[in-house]
Amino acid sequence: MSDSASIMPEHPPVTDWVNDFDHTDPTWTENPFPIWEKLRAASPVVHTERFLGCYMPTTYQAVKEIAYDTDHFSSRRVIVRDMRPEITARAPPITSDPPEHKPAKQVLLPPFTPDAMKKLEPRVRAICNELIDEFIADGKCDAAARYTKHIPVRAIAHMLGIPEKDGDLFIKWIHEILELGIKDENALMGAVREMTGYFAAHLEQRKQRPTDDLITALMQAKDKDGNLLGDEHVLGSLRLLLIAGIDTTWSAIGSSLWHLAKTPADRERLVKEPELMPLAIEELLRAYSPVTMAREVMKETTISGCPIKPGNMVLLSFPAANRDPAMFPDADKVVIDRKENRHAAFGLGIHRCVGSNLARMEMTVAIEEWLKRIPDFGLDPAGKVTWSEGTVRGPRQLPVLFGKAS
Amino acid sequence: MAGKLKIRVDQDKCQGHARCKSLAPELFDLDEFGNAHEVGDGSVPVELEDKAWLAQSNCPEIAIEVTEE
Repeated sequence: MSDSASIMPEHPPVTDWVNDFDHTDPTWTENPFPIWEKLRAASPVVHTERFLGCYMPTTYQAVKEIAYDTDHFSSRRVIVRDMRPEITARAPPITSDPPEHKPAKQVLLPPFTPDAMKKLEPRVRAICNELIDEFIADGKCDAAARYTKHIPVRAIAHMLGIPEKDGDLFIKWIHEILELGIKDENALMGAVREMTGYFAAHLEQRKQRPTDDLITALMQAKDKDGNLLGDEHVLGSLRLLLIAGIDTTWSAIGSSLWHLAKTPADRERLVKEPELMPLAIEELLRAYSPVTMAREVMKETTISGCPIKPGNMVLLSFPAANRDPAMFPDADKVVIDRKENRHAAFGLGIHRCVGSNLARMEMTVAIEEWLKRIPDFGLDPAGKVTWSEGTVRGPRQLPVLFGKAS
Repeated sequence: MAGKLKIRVDQDKCQGHARCKSLAPELFDLDEFGNAHEVGDGSVPVELEDKAWLAQSNCPEIAIEVTEE
């Protein structure tokens, strides 16, 4: 989110969270964790009449049951919104169900393996240091606006082969789709049209002259019968990669820095014991998972003993699953070297995030480079931390001061 | 030294989270799609037994079986 003032139509404030939850309520945006605890204590699945009817699984077990059940729950709509217009702009494979899902996903997987990410890593390290160079002498910065926001934009632009300088445009589209789009159909469709036009022009250029990037790779990819994917499929997948690849990781890096800014013990430990980084990244992903997905109920069923009826959406909160104390001892505590951690930050089942290896690499590099250059920092008491609303959660303003005195 | 543990990745359950490869690269490999399989016949050298259990207990899909012979 680039602006702090919300222009969304207001929903009535929530007074009864258990029967009337709303993931766009300012209380949820500010601090959702006590709300999830309350909902989980009430039932493994809760329901709201808002959003034309929507369930929310509150336990790890219930989230897992739904994520694995592609028979009763469709991915054709992946954002819980005020309206459910006819589906026009698909984004395979995230909006695909079996049997279309697997071939659409397999085309995207090879460019995102851990080995492929190792090749991109030096560029991401350089991006991080270029950004830090711009503000380190100031002794303070808004880490969201000056650092975390730019890393995933530049990395995915580099992979797709589009100009890194178009980043502000991408951030605008993502805000219109993931935040404004929950309540404003025109904002969402406008952004989708602009993105489609943008990528269509890049696709046309590559048809004339193929380049060594992900757009060309998708354009030339063939399904198992040897057919090209077709422009509509390619444009849908490109929209997905841009939308899914940016504010998700921006949020994860931001929440991690927010935690380290206010937790000197964890920060000092990571500086002294950098070998803890892989465990620390997984724990930060668990505790501050940015992404909540959605499903649409297609057939009547039961989940964790609760009746589920078609016509409703499902708010599939992986972040809430990751705070379930039945699954994670001390679930509300960040245990920076947590050993057993089957977190679901990247989803469970067939829709496991295709960019999870990219996100991990970006998070690791962004935190490592920051700690090398700025080992001591804290929240700026003169500033205010603000959080994004809705589908992806992370700090959008993160004012920090550098140095021991902070 | 050869130990008593054997690991196996259930290919129907693995979704390519790659947690095992990150925690125990000596024991797991990934295919071109990023899905995991055990290295060789899945035998775990004694000195890597802790890593085998660590990988098993971090797989979000519960796709790794560890058996004692």
